[in-house]
Amino acid sequence: MEEVAFFALAIGALGGAIAVVGLRNPFYCVLALIVHLVSLAGLFLLLHAEFIAAAQIVVYAGAVMVLYVFVAAYVGNVEEPIWDQIPGQRFFAPVLAAALFVELAIAVIGTALKSLETEGPTIQLGFGSPGSIGELLLERYLIVFEAASMLLLIAAVGAIVLAGRRHGHPSADAGARGRGAEEVPGIGS
Amino acid sequence: MSATTYGWLVLAFPLAGSMIIAFGWRSLPARTAGWIGTGAIALAFVSSIGALVMMQDEPAEARHLTSSLWDYATAAGLDIQLGILVDPLSVFMCLVVTGVSTLIHLYSVSYLDEDRGYARFFSYLNFFVFSMLLLVLAGNFVLLIVGWAFVGFASYALISFWYRRGTATKAGMKAFVINVIGDVGLVLAAFFLFRELGTFDYLEAFEAAPGAFTENEGVVVVICLLLVVGAFAKSAQLPLHTWLPDAMEGPTPVSALIHAATMVTAGVYLIARTHPLFELAPTAADIAAFGGLATLIVAATIALAVTDLKRIIAYSTMSQIGYMIVGVSIGAYVGGLFHLMTHAFFKALLFMAAGSVIAAMAGRQDIDRMSGFRRALPLTSLLLIVGALALAGFPPMSGWFSKDEILVFAADRGGMYWIFAVGGYLAAFLTAFYAFRIGFRVVAGDPCEEARELEGGHLAHAEPENPATGEREDTDVGFPGPGHWIAERARPMAIAMGTLGVLATIGGVVQIPGVTHVIESFLEPTFEDSSLYHLVPSTSASWLGLLIGAVLSAAGVGLAYLCYVARPGTTARLQERFAAIHRLLFNKWYFDELYDVAIYRPLIAGGRFANNVFERVVVDGIVDGAVGLVRGAGALVRGAQSGFVRAYALLLLGGFAALGVYFLVVSS
Amino acid sequence: MALEWYLVLSAMLFAVGAGGILIRRSPLVILLCLELMLNAGNLALVAFARAAGNEEGQVFALVVMVVAACEVVVGLGLIVAMFRRRIPLNVDEIRSLRG
Repeated sequence: MEEVAFFALAIGALGGAIAVVGLRNPFYCVLALIVHLVSLAGLFLLLHAEFIAAAQIVVYAGAVMVLYVFVAAYVGNVEEPIWDQIPGQRFFAPVLAAALFVELAIAVIGTALKSLETEGPTIQLGFGSPGSIGELLLERYLIVFEAASMLLLIAAVGAIVLAGRRHGHPSADAGARGRGAEEVPGIGS
Repeated sequence: MSATTYGWLVLAFPLAGSMIIAFGWRSLPARTAGWIGTGAIALAFVSSIGALVMMQDEPAEARHLTSSLWDYATAAGLDIQLGILVDPLSVFMCLVVTGVSTLIHLYSVSYLDEDRGYARFFSYLNFFVFSMLLLVLAGNFVLLIVGWAFVGFASYALISFWYRRGTATKAGMKAFVINVIGDVGLVLAAFFLFRELGTFDYLEAFEAAPGAFTENEGVVVVICLLLVVGAFAKSAQLPLHTWLPDAMEGPTPVSALIHAATMVTAGVYLIARTHPLFELAPTAADIAAFGGLATLIVAATIALAVTDLKRIIAYSTMSQIGYMIVGVSIGAYVGGLFHLMTHAFFKALLFMAAGSVIAAMAGRQDIDRMSGFRRALPLTSLLLIVGALALAGFPPMSGWFSKDEILVFAADRGGMYWIFAVGGYLAAFLTAFYAFRIGFRVVAGDPCEEARELEGGHLAHAEPENPATGEREDTDVGFPGPGHWIAERARPMAIAMGTLGVLATIGGVVQIPGVTHVIESFLEPTFEDSSLYHLVPSTSASWLGLLIGAVLSAAGVGLAYLCYVARPGTTARLQERFAAIHRLLFNKWYFDELYDVAIYRPLIAGGRFANNVFERVVVDGIVDGAVGLVRGAGALVRGAQSGFVRAYALLLLGGFAALGVYFLVVSS
Repeated sequence: MALEWYLVLSAMLFAVGAGGILIRRSPLVILLCLELMLNAGNLALVAFARAAGNEEGQVFALVVMVVAACEVVVGLGLIVAMFRRRIPLNVDEIRSLRG
């Protein structure tokens, strides 16, 4: 039973990943990623990481991907030209990615860590529950927790600064290549 | 005051004179610089006499007095003092140098009047006398080299005195370069001597030399040959003689002082001073003597053909110095130094008279244009004849006694040295001839145009031009005009010339064979260690030699009379008949051309090759090549900086993959 | 399921994400591929947490998620800024820092 679930979810994750890389329309890529993320959440559940799975769905698939959807809708469709400017890129990229996969696989399969060949040690109830995660966060990893909060704050401020319109900044009309002189209406001012 | 104190004063006065004139020249009125200069040398002469007197007070063995101002360089094994040696030889030279210099300074006071560089001239001239005295009074080889170099510089400064003239500056450079060749020889000799004997000091070295060297040992011969190189360069002997005729570009007093009486005798002094070494290396001494013999004959022949008045006298100097070199090389020290003294008198006199004549000729120096000045320039003509007689060795002039002293010694020494006697007498005949070539040309015959003008009371004028090349010169920009001063009109010139005339006439009395031997006994303390010094020819042999000399001299004068007075035109016919020989003599035996082809052109070609090929190809190639290499490597590496983010990401991933491989391999 | 499977799957996903970054030119899609890689890492972390028997790996994965969120915020802000200034959304166009 567990194996079936694993393979189904694995195919979903892998398929989503390949779709992200392969699809032309960025909007479709976003949707593919959502599929991938949900599959991943399922895999987390199989690994007894309930809280993480929930966080994955709520935070990642819920909030982060929504952000992506907004931006993809704002930006719209950009056709990527087929031809690649950088010589050798199209050839070497898959080769190196495959090489990387092979190396990592060898490392994993040939490892001396015995526990990886099994399902893992027996765990008690409550493994991976919000309670135990919370305990760890607030007791042993408090500083990590606080630092992560700081990072979130900085990121939020940074985002506002980046995307905000600067007063007196010359608009990119004159001399910029691209999409046309008119402002997209309704966004910021 | 002791003798050495007087010695320091001898050095101090000319130096002070030079410095005072140099620093105060702007504020000195008219002729004051000249009087200061003359006064300084006169005081030096007085100090020389003081040194003489004090030295003669000492017993004969003790007449080597040294004094040192301070330690110049004392280090491991090295002990060089700033010290002078007052002994008969140096006092003799001091007296000659200061005495003749005083008279020449006096002459120059009026000769160079109205010249723009008047003060500069006297400063240089005083500095020259200081350098010469330093050379002569030096007590060790280092100070000798210092004096030697200073004299070379002073000569350069004075030859190029009228620096606007291209010919003058070139002549100055030529003299300096050839002098430097001599300097190299001298310095190397000093180094070798130091290496062998461990000291630079004269007295210590000469004392140690007989013990350290065996007769004709290789190293002492080399040392002496190097000294000979130095002496020959300074004294203008073959083959380092080509600078002397060109040095006539300097003003006439310079020619009189430096290139007749003092600087060119420095070589003779050097060989006389280092006689202990030369007596240990007879081979080198003989080589020097043959060099002197060659010079004296070649120079005498050239003097028969050239037509520039000052250059004839210059070649005559070269020839007479050849006599002196022969003298001191074969051991006739008395003869050589006596001839040095008398030569100083009559040669300076000849140059001074020539200066007067050239002024009367409005600056032209070609003797083919001169004739018949006896009524226009009576004093000058008289003194010219006096000088010519002394040069020719006519009895009873001083030159007769001194020249024949050397030749008699050569004959007396016998064997191979007969060559010197024969060659010397032959050249004496030629000397008499060309001395009166000058004499009769200038004095006898119908007065030339300038002479007639002067008889009418008016000194000839001409457009200022370069005497050697005939180019016109512009006096407004610093070229000198022709001199306007003749002995008849300028009292100082007349006094100086007159004194020298008297000395040239009676100077021989100090060393009449069998009667007086003032110089011989005076110089005894310096040469007491020399075996050759005590080889005095018998009185009868000396008188025989003097008789032969007188006969040859009279014959030469007579022949000159025949050619120039009785049958004018003889020489022109001779020139046509022996045109090839005449060309050889007129072109100074082609020495300048030889040096140009053999030395100058290869060196210049070498330099050009070094510049064009070596410098441009090899050196620049290496440097540019290195630069190019670096630039190429940089361009190659720069290719990675394409600006594409994805390319960077690729490189990143590739590196990561490689790292992974490495770790996998290592851990297996 | 032996835990090796999860790890190999994680490696595969990571490789796919890496290849995607190298091939795609739109900054948006590149960011998506970046997400792929981060999630592959998360998977590996959780698998190891299960292997070790404690939840520390899961806490690590949580923090990774936080970081990923921040980075997405900044990245998308950049994309919006680029769009606003009429810069074409193609990373190959942004190459003024070349040697």
